Amino acid sequence: MSLLGGGILKGMFETARNFFGSYVSAQRLTTVPYPEERIPAKANARQFPFLVYDGDDSQAGLRCVACQICEKECPPKCISIIKSRDKRQDYKGQSQFYPATFDIDISVCMSCQICAEVCPFEAIKMDVEYELSTPDRFGGLWLHKAQLARSSRYYRQIHPQAAADSDGFMAAESSKARARVGASAAPVGLAPQPRHAE
Amino acid sequence: MIDALDQIFVAAKHRLMEPVPSRWQPLVSALLSIVPLLMVFPGLFALTTLLERKGLGRIQNRHGPNRVGPWGVLQPVADGLKTLTKENVVPRGAAPFIHFLAPVVLVIVSFLVYAVLPLGRNMVAVDLDAGVLFFFAVGTAAELAVFMAGWASRNKYSLLGAMRAIAQMISYEIPLILSAVTVVMVTGSLSTVRIVEAQAEYTGWIPHWFVMQPWGLAGFILFLISATAESNRSPFDLPEGESEIIAGYYIEYSGFKFALFFLAEYLGLFAVSGMAITLFLGGWHAPAPWLEFIPSWACFFVKLLALIALFIWGRGTLPRFRQDQLMEFSWKFMIPMALVNLVSAALWQLMDCGPERWLVSFLLIATPYLLLGRSLFERNQFFKRTYRFAG
Ligand code: SF4
Ligand code: SF4
Repeated sequence: MSLLGGGILKGMFETARNFFGSYVSAQRLTTVPYPEERIPAKANARQFPFLVYDGDDSQAGLRCVACQICEKECPPKCISIIKSRDKRQDYKGQSQFYPATFDIDISVCMSCQICAEVCPFEAIKMDVEYELSTPDRFGGLWLHKAQLARSSRYYRQIHPQAAADSDGFMAAESSKARARVGASAAPVGLAPQPRHAE
Repeated sequence: MIDALDQIFVAAKHRLMEPVPSRWQPLVSALLSIVPLLMVFPGLFALTTLLERKGLGRIQNRHGPNRVGPWGVLQPVADGLKTLTKENVVPRGAAPFIHFLAPVVLVIVSFLVYAVLPLGRNMVAVDLDAGVLFFFAVGTAAELAVFMAGWASRNKYSLLGAMRAIAQMISYEIPLILSAVTVVMVTGSLSTVRIVEAQAEYTGWIPHWFVMQPWGLAGFILFLISATAESNRSPFDLPEGESEIIAGYYIEYSGFKFALFFLAEYLGLFAVSGMAITLFLGGWHAPAPWLEFIPSWACFFVKLLALIALFIWGRGTLPRFRQDQLMEFSWKFMIPMALVNLVSAALWQLMDCGPERWLVSFLLIATPYLLLGRSLFERNQFFKRTYRFAG
């Protein structure tokens, strides 16, 4: 027969063990004191999207061709794109539009990564940066093309595995396109081949 | 030297009184007794909020507050500044005067009870002949303030919280007072100073505190449980019940009025702990004869801090009661046990010194405890639930 109040004593013993244990063994304290210490980034961490550019010019090198697929697919509709009037060469050597404006409202973005999944041009990827607080909750969270651009070197650094896959895909695509140009000297279709899942 | 340290506050008061003309002496004397109380206990409140948050944190393997000042020791200052600078919101439907009055009444009542607590040798604000009675009579007025707050806010959660608080406080007042009555019976006095004097002696190293006797131990435990319920602390924090009724009767209070409720709650806890020390733990007496060099007020505050630590420990351990369990526990266990304890204390007083009275007193408490405990356990057998409509 258990005694009335025995459970309380058992519980008190357990909490006392926690109390003293937390002073003795540092393993018990699982809290990471954030600004001084940080948890190392996880391989697939994702916060908000960014636009990838190749080369050194963050605007001329943008991979985005303003196809607006991501704008249409984004569930909370937080991307807004205006197409350019002129065209320029993309990485395959084809003539493409580019975004005249490309804005993302990250106060609305829910970090679902759908934009990155649907983009056929490897142009939009997820960033790992999370310290984005700002005193201006409207303008400060409404990011423009210039703020969104990150170099492909940065992408390789934060997501090495995914970036390698993406580079391989792009190399295959462009060599295919160049082979076709070399064979028939005829312009190839604008739409690229549908991509398989990574 | 030791005596001087023991009586340092009493002597200081006499020194300050000397130049005062005799016409003003009663007033100044009263002020000099009250002002230190108004400074020390809110200070203790600030310290306790910090210790509590630190302690609960450690119990849950967290750091607790550690940002303001070294090790977070300035956290109470930050909290105070924060509550002082917050907006004071009064709901449109509230009765403004009563809404304003409730925290004031609560704080005044919480301070009044300190008048009869002996904090050290010759250190009691007023030595009333019916000090214990005064303590409980004034302490009960807190219920009025709680209901004022709940009613005047015009909010269903406030009202529910206030109703819970009233039901709980009245139910637990009975075992609280019944367990205190045992001490009054044995000492034959309602004066807190007399009660402390009655516990002055030692047998060898063992002090003659009432908690060392069977009825006293049972009374002390009953008193502590009822005191937890009276001061609405976990596991009896149903009137606040954050997960159910958000903050209970003070949900509509903001800014410094909220802080006043908080202050009053802790002041009530200290007062009732101080009463427990006075009644059962020998008041300001040292726990052993060779420790008597410690100033009496230091002894009192060490005991008070120990009891506060016990309350924090309990809060970190126990989950909240359900309302029906709360009532059942009070009416079916606490009150019968308090009544049995009363009989046990009476027999202790009437029988001669000797092993028989220890045995009788002990058996008289242990048997009902086991029987009542078993009946409560049997009624609360858990069984596997079956659901009619769940696949
Ligand atoms: S991560 Fe999701 S919500 Fe954010 S921009 Fe991309 S598609 Fe929209
Ligand atoms: S789907 Fe890719 S290429 Fe198309 S607009 Fe979006 S980011 Fe640019």
